[in-house]
Amino acid sequence: MGKVIVVTSGKGGVGKTTSSAALGAALAQNGEKVVVVDFDVGLRNLDLVMGAERRVVYDLVNVIQGEAKLTQALIRDKRLESLYLLPASQTRDKDNLTPEGVEKVIAALKNAFDWVICDSPAGIERGATLAMRHADVAIVVTNPEVSSVRDSDRIIGLLDSKTLKAENGERIEKHLLLTRYDAVRAERGDMLKVDDVLEILSIPLLGIIPESMDVLRASNVGAPVTLADGRSAPALAYFEATRRLKGETLPVTIPGDKRSFLGKIFGRKAA
Amino acid sequence: MTDVLTQPRPIRLKGRSFLALALTPELPFADWLRRLDDLAARSAGFFLRRPVVLDVEGLDIDRAELRELVDQLNARNVRVMGIEGARSSLLGPDMPPAMTDGRPAADIEAPEKASAEPVEAAEPVMSAPPVAATPVQTTPSLVVSRPVRSGQSIFFPEGDVTIIGSVASGAEIVAGGSIHIYGPLRGRALAGSTGNASARIFCRKLEAELIAIDGFYKTADDMEPELRGKPGQVWLEGETIKAATLG
Repeated sequence: MGKVIVVTSGKGGVGKTTSSAALGAALAQNGEKVVVVDFDVGLRNLDLVMGAERRVVYDLVNVIQGEAKLTQALIRDKRLESLYLLPASQTRDKDNLTPEGVEKVIAALKNAFDWVICDSPAGIERGATLAMRHADVAIVVTNPEVSSVRDSDRIIGLLDSKTLKAENGERIEKHLLLTRYDAVRAERGDMLKVDDVLEILSIPLLGIIPESMDVLRASNVGAPVTLADGRSAPALAYFEATRRLKGETLPVTIPGDKRSFLGKIFGRKAA
Repeated sequence: MTDVLTQPRPIRLKGRSFLALALTPELPFADWLRRLDDLAARSAGFFLRRPVVLDVEGLDIDRAELRELVDQLNARNVRVMGIEGARSSLLGPDMPPAMTDGRPAADIEAPEKASAEPVEAAEPVMSAPPVAATPVQTTPSLVVSRPVRSGQSIFFPEGDVTIIGSVASGAEIVAGGSIHIYGPLRGRALAGSTGNASARIFCRKLEAELIAIDGFYKTADDMEPELRGKPGQVWLEGETIKAATLG
């Protein structure tokens, strides 16, 4: 039985899709069987980030509506043979996602894969609640900035009340993934610091992904950042996050230590 | 003529308690009425629009005397809505109805007490319908032992709320009694929401967006900046919200 992970945030543009693809690819690089499911019906992006946009034939809605078999809709990654994508529909309405349909698809995926990563749409509506519904583990993607933190807090509240696990009286495992972190700006006070975010959200930290051009570059060439340049700072951070996700205890390092050191100097001079 | 209302809607009967002012007249009535006049003179309209119940328990009077007293009170604009502690022989259809099983409530303050004890204006009773006198009632409390997240609302008009954890920005606690937060308060806390002015708010870290007690509120902008981020308590003094650091 595979583990179902939801990558969620409440707020848009914080890096859910990037993180879903990067974590999926990182897990698959260790030989585990991974499927990344795009729940953002109508605004699908995961296919682009994973470089599979030209191979989409059927999608999640087709499977739910019974118009295609699950195996027909799954797209295997060209670079990693244990990485799969289940794309969202770009043309259909998100009302086509039915709770029963989603339940069936997730159950089938759990049987066939080690990891099922659900890339949630932004917001707290149907798409987002269905994406988190069957999750065993939630990864809350947050930027070090007040509106993102508050939205994440809202999502954590929903994870504790609207998921199947919560309704059965269990606690869903939640992890914080702090993305687009810029040590210099945090030091300067333009961004929230790691400790501030952790204090507000009070869930364990899975990793800190530095703000980096590598992420944008990887998206543009249609490759998860952990595949595009495995030695880049964000990729290394995602690899570490993956190890923590699998249960390893690693100390969380704030990436770009050199820059943070310089930032301290500049921060003091400016003050 | 046709009877349209063949199936008339049943008349709704509901019980309800009200707070009334209980007057305990003393013999001789002439003296007591003089003291009442004195009180009324010091505060015009004290009895106006207030429901009054006459407590004649233990008074040795006859029907005519009681009738006279009620008339005298009527003449002073004191409207007697019921009589408590009267033998049934004292009452008639032309008299205010009998009342029983009054429950004592908080004293109603008589306007500026004079040297000579004025009327025993205190001891109001709960009237119609009679409610079985309940012994000491404990106020219930609600304990929430996890953080209250943005968008969540804890609503507990029955009593105190204790949160072990934080109250996030965009979260809301509404309590009939006091609110205790063992963590930072970043959202809204509304204590004494059912009209309890003595309710208070306590928290480990005061960063509230809004605090309210008994309907009086203050937003973050109106709060003293030096209290921000500190352990604090909030209470109501008259119609002003007061806040101070704790410990």
